[in-house]
Amino acid sequence: MNFEDYRGIWVFIEIKDGKVAPVSLELLGAGRELADKRKSQLAGLLIGDGVEEYVQTLYEYGADTVYVYDDPLFNHYRTESFMRAVFDCCEKHKPEVLLYGATANGKDLASAVATDLPTGLTADTTILDIEEDTGLLLASRPAFGGNIMATILCKKYRPQMATVRPKVMKALTPQEGRSGELVRETVDLKEDDIRTKVLEIVRETTKKSSIDEADIIVAGGKGLGSKAGFELIHQFAQVIGAAVGGSRDVVEAGWIPHQNQVGQTGLTVTPKIYFAIGISGAIQHIVGMQNSGLIIAINKDPDAPIFQTCHYGIVGDAHEVVPLLIKAFEKALDRRVSHV
Amino acid sequence: MLHIVACIKQVPDTKIIKMNPKTNTMDRASAPAILNPYDAHAVEEAVRLKKRYGGLVSVLTMGPPPAVKAIKKCIEIGADEGYMISDRAFAGADTLATSYALTKALEKISKIHPIDLIICGKMTIDGDTGQVGPGIARRLDIPPLTSVKKVVEVNEKERYMVIHRKLEDGYEVIKSPLPCLLAVEKEINKVPYSPLPNMMKAARYKPIIWAVADLEDIDRTQLGLKGSPTIVSKVWAPPKPQGGTILDGTNDQQVQQLLDIVLEKKELFQ
Ligand SMILES: Cc1cc2nc3c(=O)[nH]c(=O)nc-3n(C[C@H](O)[C@H](O)[C@H](O)COP(=O)(O)OP(=O)(O)OC[C@H]3O[C@@H](n4cnc5c(N)ncnc54)[C@H](O)[C@@H]3O)c2cc1C
Ligand SMILES: Cc1cc2nc3c(=O)[nH]c(=O)nc-3n(C[C@H](O)[C@H](O)[C@H](O)COP(=O)(O)OP(=O)(O)OC[C@H]3O[C@@H](n4cnc5c(N)ncnc54)[C@H](O)[C@@H]3O)c2cc1C
Repeated sequence: MNFEDYRGIWVFIEIKDGKVAPVSLELLGAGRELADKRKSQLAGLLIGDGVEEYVQTLYEYGADTVYVYDDPLFNHYRTESFMRAVFDCCEKHKPEVLLYGATANGKDLASAVATDLPTGLTADTTILDIEEDTGLLLASRPAFGGNIMATILCKKYRPQMATVRPKVMKALTPQEGRSGELVRETVDLKEDDIRTKVLEIVRETTKKSSIDEADIIVAGGKGLGSKAGFELIHQFAQVIGAAVGGSRDVVEAGWIPHQNQVGQTGLTVTPKIYFAIGISGAIQHIVGMQNSGLIIAINKDPDAPIFQTCHYGIVGDAHEVVPLLIKAFEKALDRRVSHV
Repeated sequence: MLHIVACIKQVPDTKIIKMNPKTNTMDRASAPAILNPYDAHAVEEAVRLKKRYGGLVSVLTMGPPPAVKAIKKCIEIGADEGYMISDRAFAGADTLATSYALTKALEKISKIHPIDLIICGKMTIDGDTGQVGPGIARRLDIPPLTSVKKVVEVNEKERYMVIHRKLEDGYEVIKSPLPCLLAVEKEINKVPYSPLPNMMKAARYKPIIWAVADLEDIDRTQLGLKGSPTIVSKVWAPPKPQGGTILDGTNDQQVQQLLDIVLEKKELFQ
């Protein structure tokens, strides 16, 4: 394998709900930095049915080139069809690095492609860097349930591949009118060649949780004592117009639904303000909220680890402090809410 | 007869694991070894399918000799047979080398009983990459189905199955030919307490153990550390955040201070 032949940083572009998935834009931001460091090009790899309309967005977010596979065959994500496109494109154009969002589909696709190429694949990366002269990708990731960080290298194979967690990289501010090169590609594949069939897609009416996009989150933990005690969290959230989140332990206790869980096995959130009330601050919780703008912790234990991660903390009993907060905010915001 | 093989791994219990603050390394002795929780669901699903359709459930693990304990746990859950591949040569395998070794073992198992279905966990709680399942499927050239939250139907005669694959806002219904590989979510089932007869069987159970030499057509350069393209070059404890300002005074005073801090972002409170 001649490493000289492998050039450029690529990002697999995921389309979700009729737009480019936020993680793909974040990866273009991270990829731009890597490409500049290597004095090489940044490319997007876009696969789908009727997806050419997204190309301009990709240029604006930093891509120099976009490889497009546009075919009804790619109407739904299926491992077998998508991996063929990615595999062929890698063989043909030989990228040095290929990044995927660590989403369900991104991880599925990356694992399949890595096996066939074959090459190394670093999972769930949260920190990316590249050696300027050698092009060696330094991908760091949490492991052992977040207890340690590990830097993973792939020295002997190209392309170097990694899946990257959503919300840890930053998208660039889009540059309106920026343009690039469009490269249309096709695969030699027919519907009959693909063994799996998507029979139906069911959208669940219990839509995705609002904590994903909220500016303010009030999150509660086991320290609230009971489902009834957790009502304080709902009341406070209502007064300040926040979404409600929680630790895994309160989800397991059945106080709030799973889609409100923040953390490693829940959602990664980045609100402008995050209240952590009666939450101890276990590492698995911290990884899901540490990039919030302003973190405020309320806990009765002065040694609770959450105080290491917060910007401001109150040591006190939630059952005393939160009612005071509710009153103070109601007054300050001139807002009365009936507590039923 | 439906033959289902669940791939399982023994892992340190990351809830209990402690870090050595001086060396920033893991104190492995502090963590008891357990069956990877996601794999318990994989085995349970295999056992449920056996109850529904009849058949045979085998489990396969790659690991050091103590991993026999994880196989016994699967026998408790209701598996019939346990296979283990264990050899120095497998040590240090990343997901590419792991899926290669497991595939070679699966090929050997399929000569004893042809395999209809392979079930893996969504991921492990130590490496937690979730890459091994799709890797095995590619190597065997069978469809990988990840994020599986429900098995709707297995049709052994017509050689297909139907599953629900979890999406962020719902699920998709997928039909796949058999054999195929599932990587299952925790919500697919609940693992109940094991019945006493299973526990008695497990206590006596001895799995079939193969070394590298027992596997056929194996390319040793693809195994273990040598066969692993990824290298863990550095391990460190996640940086400790410095900690914030702890407010003081009475509860009322603290709340007032907090109000001032937060209301600086007044634009957020429409
Ligand atoms: C693989 C793995 C994945 C995980 N994923 C997640 C995840 O995604 N999200 C997550 O949150 N956790 C996750 N966990 C669990 C995590 O390790 C912790 O167990 C969990 O976050 C603890 O929840 P808690 O802080 O609500 O409860 P506890 O740890 O019980 O903490 C309660 C806190 O409340 C305080 N308190 C008690 N009474 C009061 C009071 N009256 N007023 C104020 N404070 C009070 C206590 O001092 C304590 O600090 C995961 C664990 C593992 C092993
Ligand atoms: C700190 C650290 C970081 C690592 N990071 C990476 C990385 O980024 N990329 C990489 O390629 N490797 C990585 N590895 C190596 C990886 O953990 C091992 O390859 C491991 O053997 C398999 O990966 P996993 O535990 O992530 O399994 P996963 O892919 O998460 O496991 C999915 C399923 O595959 C099956 N399975 C997995 N392992 C076995 C087994 N031994 N026997 C039977 N069934 C099994 C189980 O059903 C399991 O539920 C890392 C290891 C360490 C210690």
